[in-house]
Amino acid sequence: MTYIIQGTRDDFEVVIGLEVHAQVTSKAKLFSGAATAFGAEPNTQVSLVDAAMPGMLPTINAECIRQGVRTGLALGAEINKFSVFDRKNYFYADLPQGYQISQFKHPIVGEGTITINKKDGTSKDIDVERIHLEQDAGKSMHDQHPQMTYVDLNRSGVALMEIVSKPDMASPEEAGLYVGKLRTILRYIGSCDGNMEQGSMRADVNVSVRRAGEPLGTRCEIKNVNSIRFVRQAIEIEARRQVDIIEDGGHIDQETRLFDPVKGETRSMRSKEEAHDYRYFPDPDLLPVEFDDDFIAAARESLPELPDAKHHRFVSDFGISDYNAGVLVAEKESSDFFEELIAALVDASGKKASAVAAKAANWVMGDLFGALNKAGKTLSDCPVSPAQGAELLGLIEDGTISGRTAKDVFEIMFETGDSAEKIVEEKGLKQVSDTGAIEKIIDDLLVANPAQVQQYRDGKVKMIGFFVGQVMKATGGQANPAIVNQLLKPKLDG
Amino acid sequence: MTDLTKLKIAEARDALAKGDLTSLELTEAHIKAVEASSPLNAFIVKTPEIALKNAKAADERIKAGNATAMTGIPVAIKDLFATKGVRTTACSHILDGFVPEYESTVTQNLWDDGAVMLGKLNMDEFAMGSSNETSHYGPVKNPWRAKGSAKGSNADFVPGGSSGGSVTSVAAFTAMGATASDTGGSIRQPAAFTGTFGIKPTYGRCSRYGMVAFASSLDQAGVVTRSVRDGAIMLESVCGFDAKDSTSAQMDVPNFEAALTGDIRGMKIGIPKEYHLDGMPKEIEALWDKGIAWVKDAGAEIIDISLPHTKYALPAYYIIAPAEASSNLARYDGVRYGLRSAPMGASLEDMYEATRAAGFGEEVQRRIMIGTYVLSAGYYDAYYLKAQKVRQLISNDFKTAYQKCDVILTPTAPSAAFAMGEKSDDPLAMYLNDVFTVPASLAGLPGASVPAGLSSDGLPLGLQILGQPWDEANVLKTCGVIEAAAGDLGAPAIWWE
Repeated sequence: MTYIIQGTRDDFEVVIGLEVHAQVTSKAKLFSGAATAFGAEPNTQVSLVDAAMPGMLPTINAECIRQGVRTGLALGAEINKFSVFDRKNYFYADLPQGYQISQFKHPIVGEGTITINKKDGTSKDIDVERIHLEQDAGKSMHDQHPQMTYVDLNRSGVALMEIVSKPDMASPEEAGLYVGKLRTILRYIGSCDGNMEQGSMRADVNVSVRRAGEPLGTRCEIKNVNSIRFVRQAIEIEARRQVDIIEDGGHIDQETRLFDPVKGETRSMRSKEEAHDYRYFPDPDLLPVEFDDDFIAAARESLPELPDAKHHRFVSDFGISDYNAGVLVAEKESSDFFEELIAALVDASGKKASAVAAKAANWVMGDLFGALNKAGKTLSDCPVSPAQGAELLGLIEDGTISGRTAKDVFEIMFETGDSAEKIVEEKGLKQVSDTGAIEKIIDDLLVANPAQVQQYRDGKVKMIGFFVGQVMKATGGQANPAIVNQLLKPKLDG
Repeated sequence: MTDLTKLKIAEARDALAKGDLTSLELTEAHIKAVEASSPLNAFIVKTPEIALKNAKAADERIKAGNATAMTGIPVAIKDLFATKGVRTTACSHILDGFVPEYESTVTQNLWDDGAVMLGKLNMDEFAMGSSNETSHYGPVKNPWRAKGSAKGSNADFVPGGSSGGSVTSVAAFTAMGATASDTGGSIRQPAAFTGTFGIKPTYGRCSRYGMVAFASSLDQAGVVTRSVRDGAIMLESVCGFDAKDSTSAQMDVPNFEAALTGDIRGMKIGIPKEYHLDGMPKEIEALWDKGIAWVKDAGAEIIDISLPHTKYALPAYYIIAPAEASSNLARYDGVRYGLRSAPMGASLEDMYEATRAAGFGEEVQRRIMIGTYVLSAGYYDAYYLKAQKVRQLISNDFKTAYQKCDVILTPTAPSAAFAMGEKSDDPLAMYLNDVFTVPASLAGLPGASVPAGLSSDGLPLGLQILGQPWDEANVLKTCGVIEAAAGDLGAPAIWWE
């Protein structure tokens, strides 16, 4: 399905390219030994290099190079064994050196691909143009003093990967999926924590529109969009703005814009004429980055199974649906949880994974995700472990508790962290499967409700439900429904 | 006591080792000399307390038997080097009151070897200048005066630049040695102007950590002393790999003093034909010829070489160095340290403009503007990129030449020291001072200036020896031979005390 923006006269397509800035997971900054933890007191994680003291020199943090290479490999991208750090020169109060060290002509990673899976079941390859490494700036704080601006340099020098896509996306959905998939991959390989609220990942969104079949329109760049939802919203709003201008006979100016999610608009930040001349040139303080095939091989070796591979394996080995597999691999934590759960179930039951996986997937995506959602928790602080989940599912499977009871047990597990067996034991929730006891109850019921028995025997077979309900009531819901049905029918049939 | 200031480093080292002299005596003599030298304006910060403390520690160390060649030797530091707890401004108004909390690697190496710090030395602002007239702290006066000059016998001459304070402190017997830095000739040209020995090692030999940056791909620390031997001793102390500087070379530092064998028999010494300039003073040509004769007499072989791209070196240098400087000096913005000029109600941009207009001198502003221009969109290829290509060609020239010779002998500067103010209004005339020193800087080669004679006015003249990468040893050895052949050139009369 092509995403179309309907103008008053024509239909328009939107063309989207993304530059995602992802903070590299490393203890130290790209060119200094200062720490990188989020949320520290202002200016407590600043080295002499980060503050651009006279005579201070950057030295490359090899871990950041390694993470850049791992990321490139995870995107199936070309790795450049020779890359160069350049200076991007501009003045700003939170840019202490007066330049950002980045990579311009020779980035560390070349072309790669990210495959997105769309809601309609189709998938699409989005090409990545390049990944380069660069340092982050500090933060200007304009709300601390009536006349002054304060500067926090904690982020100054933190390593970022800029992952630049080709203009391959054609809808807000695709852009959102791209960012989501990229985030998943980065989190799988651990090169970025993907934490968008804390600014570990943010996107510059390039948007242009055109009538179907026309050449590319003039693009606007929307800076620093910091959630997937905002990426989608910003594109919708910006594309609509551009279409309206074009249909009114205007033309689009190439410019940098800001997205205001509160007002639901984008607004101009600076025009092309006001754009900086960054005066890029190779940083003479740093030698080119060079490494050999062994370095790349070691980086490749260190990669875990990637989400696409895991997705395929979940479908082919576990026999779960394509959709469920997609949901479960979207987060590394959920796929890990799921795999541990399956392993525990296989262990306990001796059955094959494919025999237990479908029910397990439903439980994870239904009960577990539901409870987490309601509690505002994530899998990392989930009170129920995969082993505990397996125990609960095992109790259903062997008939100890009913599916209905299991929901109640799970609720208690989620609250207390207790094991399912303990809860079932303590609360006396075991199903009554003692046929003698159930038979006695049925016999009593038939005697006590002769009218209903007659109705059933006159052909109103639905009345069996009434008796099942009465049995459950009499047993406090613990009678095994299968057994109740099995015993009840012959007796009613007389 | 004043005689102690006349000692060379090597002599003082031997006397200290024998116990004939204490570092405290040596240091006290130098502190007095520094005090008396104020009219020269070589020192902009004097640190007698630190010197005395260093001297006492040095004497202990000598007694304990673990002294190095530099232990107890009073030296002075070009203000380009960050010195912990001691004001460091690169002689710029924009770094007013800046006291670093860190020590440059070059100076740390000296202190680790037990050297004694006398103070910080005047220089051209951010090392941009060839006469030491661009300093925020005023010009340095050359201790040498011309005899029978048309300008009168009391006329002041420039000491050269940018290391004007370094060479003056050494020539005037106020320090036994001084650190210096060379970006396009800032050690060699002033050494030639003051009858001192100055050497810049191969790019990468000395760490640039803590050295205020002018042009990162060219800046290289070095030393100024009163003899080649002293230069070898002090150079060995400041050199060495430093993980804090990515461009520092991971190579062992040889025993430079051991290279001074005086034996250059069979050594091939290249004479580049392109260094004969039109209109160059006859006495410079004559000095060069003399130098050639001396090394020939000592058994070296003279080889005629060609460095065909020499004439493009100066233009390329004056694109590359300002380009890097325009970026390196962007950090002086009034935000974090140094001068801040912010008019009432000023915006950030107003603050930048006011601070940088007030803080940078004219020459620095000129180079920032040149550098910004040559890196700008649309000009980058025509200027910066082309200059980098020229730089490569110049480097190749030397590579080719060094297939035929071991070292290269040229004059250091196209003239003797000139009078103060003579060229300060003519940047191009000023830049021409570096015509013989810039090519080797672009190629990152080691180079030294050794005193070789006096001009007709009685002002010192120097010869330059350039070496192959990492071959400071042959540079020093050849300089030693020239020094010996030139004999005693005398010393400036002490008129400033």
